[in-house]
Amino acid sequence: MIQVENLSKIYKVSRREAGMKSAWKNLFSRQYEEVKAIQNLSFSVKKGEMVGYIGPNGAGKSSTIKILSGILTPEEGTCIINGRIPWKERKAHVKDIGVVFGQRSQLWWDVPVIDSFELLKDIYQISKEQYNNSLEELVNCLSLSTILKTPTRQLSLGQRMRCEIAASLLHNPSILFLDEPTIGLDAVSKLAVRDFIKKRNEVHKTTVILTTHDMQDIEALTSRIMLIGRGRLLLDGTLDNLKEQVGQSNNNLDEVLAALYKKYKIQ
Amino acid sequence: MKLYLKYISIHIRSMMEYKKSFFLTLIGQFFVSFHAFLGMYFMFQRFNQVKGFTYKECLFCFSIVLMAFSLAEIFFRAFDRFHIIIGNGQFDRMLVRPRGLVFQVLASQFELTRFGRLLQAIVLFVYVLITGDISWSMLRIITVILMIVGGIVVFSGIFMLYAGLCFFTLEGLEFLNIITDGAREYGKYPVSVYGRFVLKFSTYIVPFALFQYYPFLYIIGKNTNSFYCILPLVGTLFLVPCYIVWRIGVRKYVSTGS
Repeated sequence: MIQVENLSKIYKVSRREAGMKSAWKNLFSRQYEEVKAIQNLSFSVKKGEMVGYIGPNGAGKSSTIKILSGILTPEEGTCIINGRIPWKERKAHVKDIGVVFGQRSQLWWDVPVIDSFELLKDIYQISKEQYNNSLEELVNCLSLSTILKTPTRQLSLGQRMRCEIAASLLHNPSILFLDEPTIGLDAVSKLAVRDFIKKRNEVHKTTVILTTHDMQDIEALTSRIMLIGRGRLLLDGTLDNLKEQVGQSNNNLDEVLAALYKKYKIQ
Repeated sequence: MKLYLKYISIHIRSMMEYKKSFFLTLIGQFFVSFHAFLGMYFMFQRFNQVKGFTYKECLFCFSIVLMAFSLAEIFFRAFDRFHIIIGNGQFDRMLVRPRGLVFQVLASQFELTRFGRLLQAIVLFVYVLITGDISWSMLRIITVILMIVGGIVVFSGIFMLYAGLCFFTLEGLEFLNIITDGAREYGKYPVSVYGRFVLKFSTYIVPFALFQYYPFLYIIGKNTNSFYCILPLVGTLFLVPCYIVWRIGVRKYVSTGS
């Protein structure tokens, strides 16, 4: 379903010393430093799998998601999703994926949520019948019926996140990318979101790739974990594999993760 | 097209959430260009003509340019504010939707408040029509329409060029406002008033003169060469290089992500 081989992504970052003098110098000759956001990344994900994609800030998680969702083109390597190369067949590819960026909204700010949904129906050219079915199901599972007619700007973060997730599933994609979906949510909303994702995966066999810093998300949702640091895939296994690496199975998950970061010197 | 109308309906509904702000801006926009008009009016009180062009003729010129500019702003404004779309990640969102990028950027904004300016332009235009002494013919009427269309295309071209360059700078490029706002302000008078350099520049580089000056000469009867009527169409070719810059920008964006 998702096949990634030797993926590399390099950014050019301009560097300069502090101070006016170097700022002036920098105006004429820029010095670039190459930063490897992703190096030789290879993995594959089967249909219906749920994968937790973790790593410290700046490890390359978002870059990977952006490449897989067709926003970025990598320098090297291949990536085939549902038989397509995302950045070569962008429109066909994105019809079959859903993307949630936890920190950014895709809903129109000033109009009721249902209006955003209606517009998405036309953007994705969803048939009326399929739209009604998806909507009914999503409204039930995410308990949206009371907030559908509220403008997005008046929703609480938890309500909004539920709507964001619904918005990215209206066209019934086979793959769902979730970039920090529980960030900033309260306990009740977090549980609701997790619960929903789990059910969605069970019922529709939706493949889910989830990045998060919240280890409880990982524990509740994913059987498989990929740990990435400095652009490299360091570990690919279950939660227990992760714990074995550190050798302290009694600690809480955040401590396990911190110990791992230390072990791989990626913090 | 149907989808575009849906987008517009969302924009209108969003706008109506802030009714007071909307109407104040609308009125503000009207008066901004009204003040430009006053400037012209008082100038012609003193001098009867500028380089052989009368008050009415210049007013005609101004109303056409203003009309084209405000229409371009109403529909293509999103390109003019593209640095914001990149900055807040909206462009990433567009990339994960199965629709053309130009279409999505276009549809992402619909600047209703600019109707204030458009209204001003229409009022001036009608005023010149009624009181002016242009002798109308079928070809001249068509020429006026071509002038407006050509103007919209050239202005949108500049907006698109601006957006394309945003991929490289990621900041607003205020210097391009010299061309857009400048052209709107200086468009009050036929371009030749500003001397040969400006005329050449706006003929061959940024083709303002093609939709303003030359067809205008034909309409007021200063030049009988009917070739001048189709020059606005030639001016629309300006969109081609602008679109190329935009494409290059998009390609750069997907390879750098910044």
